[in-house]
Amino acid sequence: MSDRIFAATRKGLFTIERGASGWKVARAAFLGSTAGLSYRDPRNGDVFVTLGHGHFGSKLHKSTDNGETWKECAAPVYPKKPEGLSDKDGAGKEVDWNLKAIWSMAAGGENEPGALWAGTIPGGLFKSTDSGASWNLVRPLWDHPKRHEWFGGGADDPGIHSVCVDPRDSRHVRIGISCGGVWMTADGGETWTCRADGMRAEYMPPARQRDPNIQDPHIMVQCAAKPDALWVQHHNGIFRTTDGAKSWTEITNVPPSVFGFAVAVHPTEPDTAWFVPARKDEYRYPVDGKVVVSRTRDGGKTFETLRKGLPQEHAYDLTFRHALDIDSTGNRLAFGSTTGSLWVTEDQGDSWITVSEHLPPIYCVRFG
Amino acid sequence: MATVTFTANLQQHLAAPPIEAAGRTVREVLEAAFQSNPRLKSYVVDDQGAIRRHMVVFVNGRAIADRLGLTDAVPEGAEVYVMQALSGG
Repeated sequence: MSDRIFAATRKGLFTIERGASGWKVARAAFLGSTAGLSYRDPRNGDVFVTLGHGHFGSKLHKSTDNGETWKECAAPVYPKKPEGLSDKDGAGKEVDWNLKAIWSMAAGGENEPGALWAGTIPGGLFKSTDSGASWNLVRPLWDHPKRHEWFGGGADDPGIHSVCVDPRDSRHVRIGISCGGVWMTADGGETWTCRADGMRAEYMPPARQRDPNIQDPHIMVQCAAKPDALWVQHHNGIFRTTDGAKSWTEITNVPPSVFGFAVAVHPTEPDTAWFVPARKDEYRYPVDGKVVVSRTRDGGKTFETLRKGLPQEHAYDLTFRHALDIDSTGNRLAFGSTTGSLWVTEDQGDSWITVSEHLPPIYCVRFG
Repeated sequence: MATVTFTANLQQHLAAPPIEAAGRTVREVLEAAFQSNPRLKSYVVDDQGAIRRHMVVFVNGRAIADRLGLTDAVPEGAEVYVMQALSGG
């Protein structure tokens, strides 16, 4: 059970702790800087935060004392782009070989201490073998010819927002790309295949709608105890797989909306998942101004709409893709919003506690 | 030698006091400055070695012309300023 949350926001990183009087903001760090992502390595407790300094580039900082003190570590660096190389993305834009943002982090397996993955914008996957002291671009994926079909979804450039390492075999890694579908390696990153069969893209012309390599998964999560079960909140729907991403099934009957950015899956119950829905893409606010969470316990056959403790009148909180998390017990969840609200549940979403309504816009919420 | 001064807005992230650095071009002068303050480099230049998009470098009051190659000449005794570009208001 986790009594700590790291919330990365537009104006810094906030550490929230559960004490005798409930959940409170305990500390703020990097005030004034944009913190895009927080991540805790479950193997050794290292905490990472990514900072996006508009002028000075994207940086990575690490804490080994639960966020009390921080030290800058190396950020991934793209290699020198060969002179004269034309490297266009799927939208016909020349790809700038520069780190725009670190958009996801994941620990390697228990058998490879120090191994970390980092997904980035504009579409490069990096690996560290020394807990973030140095990074290397995963060239087989970057050099894959089909990368040139990817294009920007959540940002102007393609980006890797999800990295799921299979706990049974850490060479098996699945990643989610906006917009490049889902890709998988079974050999630690040497070879890659696109694994988004079954997904559907409403935003494409009819002939390309079933193309796996242009899908826009907003986020992908993996059930820790049943790693072949993954859920995706996609740009125009919800999809799940129970065969390790060989095939995906669309879930359509989701009240009040299939649109959203975030999903969390229970760590041991693969059929149980939570979503934070919003009115679809051209609007992006809670349906009828009511903040709710959708929960399924039967693999998407039915959903409950959870609202106890959440604002039900003129609430325009949107929850971004990394701003919903679940703890290792599966009982506690937390999510944050674009308007700086943060809610926690200790009963799987039956009721919610407001931690704050006045934080800066929240990009990422992670239990620590 | 040239004197290299960095925008005060860097100070919230890392120490970047003015520094004396040798070199005949902007690239040589900045590389010399980064040698004594390695962390500073990634805050000023991008992955390709170009001046970051929203940064600007002045040599004796004139913005440099070659933001990618940094081949602009730096006269002896020059004042080099590494500043934020005022983009987006």
